[in-house]
Amino acid sequence: MMRQFPANQVKKIIESIPCAVYAPVEDGAMVVFERYQDGMELRLDKICTDKTPKDILFPQWENLMHFRVEGKTIELSEQQRCEEDYVLFGVRACDIQAFKVLDRVFLSDPVDTYYAARREHGTIVALACGDPKETCFCKNFGVDPAQPDADVVLWLAGDDYYCEAYTDKGRALMSTWETRDAEEGVVEWVKGEIAKKYDALPFAKLNLKGFDGDHLMEKFNSPKWKKLSMACLGCGSCTFACPTCQCYDIRDYDTGNGIQRYRCWDSCMYSDFTLMAHGTNRPTQVERYRQRFMHKLVYFPSRNEGMYSCVGCGRCIEKCPMNLNIVKVIKALGEGENND
Amino acid sequence: MARIKQRAIELLSDGTVMRVIGWEKGEGNCDWSPALFENAAEMENFVYGDYAGANLSKYCLKFNRQEGKTLVVLKPCDTLSFRQLLHEHRIDREKFYVIGAGCKGMKDEKGGLLKCSACKGKEFEVYDEIIDDEEAQKTTALMDRMAGVIELEKMTAQERFDFWRGELSRCIRCNACRNVCPACSCIKCVFDNPASGVQSKAPVTDFEENMFHIIRAYHVAGRCTDCGECSRVCPQNIPLHLLNRKFIKDMNELYGDYQAGVGENERTPLTSYTKEDAEPGIVYERGNA
Amino acid sequence: MTKETLVPVLGIVTDVRVDTPDVKTFRVNAPEGGKCFEHMPGQCAMLSIPGVGEAMFSITSSPTNKEFMEFSIKKCGCLTEWLHQMDAGQMITVRGPYGNAFPVEGDLKGQDLLFIAGGIGLAPLRSVINYVRANRENYGKVRIVYGSRSKNDLVDYPEIVNEWCQEAGIEVFLTIDQPQEGWDGHVGFVPNYVTELGFDPQGRVLVCGPPIMIKFTTQALMNMGFEKTQIYTTMELRMKCGVGKCGRCNIGDQYVCKDGPVFRFDELGELPAEY
Repeated sequence: MMRQFPANQVKKIIESIPCAVYAPVEDGAMVVFERYQDGMELRLDKICTDKTPKDILFPQWENLMHFRVEGKTIELSEQQRCEEDYVLFGVRACDIQAFKVLDRVFLSDPVDTYYAARREHGTIVALACGDPKETCFCKNFGVDPAQPDADVVLWLAGDDYYCEAYTDKGRALMSTWETRDAEEGVVEWVKGEIAKKYDALPFAKLNLKGFDGDHLMEKFNSPKWKKLSMACLGCGSCTFACPTCQCYDIRDYDTGNGIQRYRCWDSCMYSDFTLMAHGTNRPTQVERYRQRFMHKLVYFPSRNEGMYSCVGCGRCIEKCPMNLNIVKVIKALGEGENND
Repeated sequence: MARIKQRAIELLSDGTVMRVIGWEKGEGNCDWSPALFENAAEMENFVYGDYAGANLSKYCLKFNRQEGKTLVVLKPCDTLSFRQLLHEHRIDREKFYVIGAGCKGMKDEKGGLLKCSACKGKEFEVYDEIIDDEEAQKTTALMDRMAGVIELEKMTAQERFDFWRGELSRCIRCNACRNVCPACSCIKCVFDNPASGVQSKAPVTDFEENMFHIIRAYHVAGRCTDCGECSRVCPQNIPLHLLNRKFIKDMNELYGDYQAGVGENERTPLTSYTKEDAEPGIVYERGNA
Repeated sequence: MTKETLVPVLGIVTDVRVDTPDVKTFRVNAPEGGKCFEHMPGQCAMLSIPGVGEAMFSITSSPTNKEFMEFSIKKCGCLTEWLHQMDAGQMITVRGPYGNAFPVEGDLKGQDLLFIAGGIGLAPLRSVINYVRANRENYGKVRIVYGSRSKNDLVDYPEIVNEWCQEAGIEVFLTIDQPQEGWDGHVGFVPNYVTELGFDPQGRVLVCGPPIMIKFTTQALMNMGFEKTQIYTTMELRMKCGVGKCGRCNIGDQYVCKDGPVFRFDELGELPAEY
């Protein structure tokens, strides 16, 4: 059942949710998903938050276990998994698609229980995107910005939020909100407007032809990688800003009172990513750069029934200090007519 | 731009150079990238102008060992970095053909670049030829280069500590500042040594993100030309150039004015000793102030 | 498999054997005795010393050994250096088994088997060899070509000489890179020795060793008329998770830790040349 409530009541609704709520809030010059607390500047209007909500499910670093080492003996204690319910509020369609990409990795056999616990305890409230940026190209990757796939979806129309629950979790959450029956036809109209806006964006008609498992070798061996990667600093900003990048490192940290084994985000852009004691197989930035885009556009779809691990959020376009990005790669290596 | 492009095509075609490092346009209007051009046809995409902010001298390290000469387009401030790399024997002069390109101050999508607001002048330190225009000579620095440092010096030690803790807390240790820095030319960085015990990927302790930048500033002291690339590329908008400028200001005050990357084979303040050098006591006093 | 991804179980090193100047073999038991887990030949396990690191090693012992697991490890980096300093009684952490295995119950069954190993490359093959010995009736002729830098670098030389060489139906060919006093066997590199020996292009071949040795050996085999589908080898890349998630050992659409480490030579040819 579609319901609606005045947009200015959204803070009250968030505050009424009895568990933790993670929402886009201002943090210095950035807008990030953080645990909402009274007095924070809520920024639901911000499309593509500076940090993606991926670190709610897959934190930048998290403890996995703790070891106590004494003489020749080792004692192991596991880190507790997430046990608290929480709500992720105001997630956009591209970031939700990214969760599905992460699910393919972390929930495939053998299941990553740290991730699975967080995923299970979360209820996702999505917000349809009425305000695309020039750098948005999510529709190319099968994302519908007007109809995110979540427990509850919100649409902003005029001074009201329209909302609908799609799962039991979502219905349970929404039943506690003060809402009224929705005016008919409004959301359909909003969806139509969103579609129009997205179709007019500069990258709306990006052609992905040829990016599939069948063209793996051809894409891998393309001489174009050398030039495409020339300016790359190997800083990994794109991987940190990316909602689907999930490569990680596992490291040990001596707390002085035992050993903390933690995992942290890692990046295929780093020179030590594949470095083994006896050498590395990706000696220069050309190979590392190629790996990132091949993985997103060719390797991942090849393993996952054609699902790309790019969601078209455009964050890498904004973040790269040298203005490199996935759109350039798609245009350079794609077979479709992408050149303007 | 047309003159630079034309000249580069000539030099490529007559075999003087085998490749050109310059810029190419991106998807929008302001997102130019450093780019490599290996023949006249590719030069079609070459651009030079308001959005050519990147300092291309660091890329010279990549091409120093390659066959033939590489043409590199450098702005006046970029030639300082190039000169500094020559000083340090990291690149060979004869491997590069330097076109000095006049600069009116560079921009990005948000407007004028921060580094350009403290422009260090219009002189080319190294060049094979200069392609300049009068317009470029007219623009000058908009602010005192040390203004930001002076502001910091006015703070109490605690305020300053809090300021840096706040700024550096955003650091994600991506190493973009290090990787873009022409003074960071080590083949193997000390922070990339897995045996160093420095965990480079996660801000496990506050100590690390603070120390990384402070140690880096020490490592480039006396060699940093203040090209400003560190702050320009920081994805977290940390004003890293302020650390370097503080060192420059201190060295100027203690050992006399010095600009890294100017002059040939000059000994730097930190690698030479004169009787006029400040006594250690002065340094201690300043530290306690 | 150890029940939780990334969470290891504890193991005790119950014996340390010095095999060569830089290879030691470690016997590992669960603290309560027995093995930490079961595996198939070719599979790997993550071993770690908390505070030092964790890395992937192939399980050298055969699954038919019901008492313990063995790992032959060459001193190469930080972790292996530490492992080499251990005495019996040291606890370590173990998780696995990871990856696929040699198809001992599939494609290899009923076949004549040719094992070709170089240096520490014998470690994963030893597991298969001893599995085959324990189930001798299921396989045809067994021939083993093994080479090393010197006699002292042949891993677990006593087992090779005292057991393998004495067994009916097994032929062993040893070679070392350079002449050495007290060595009256063959001298020369493995690929050349394989060519010299000349094998009928039938049965299955299992090759393991340094990349350069694998490259030249497979060339030699193909010259003899072996098909790519007859040759199996293993790959080794940097790994952190062991379960196809951390992204490190990704080559093409494969993860070496999960889809490998055993690849048939024709499958390897379908992957981008990143190794």
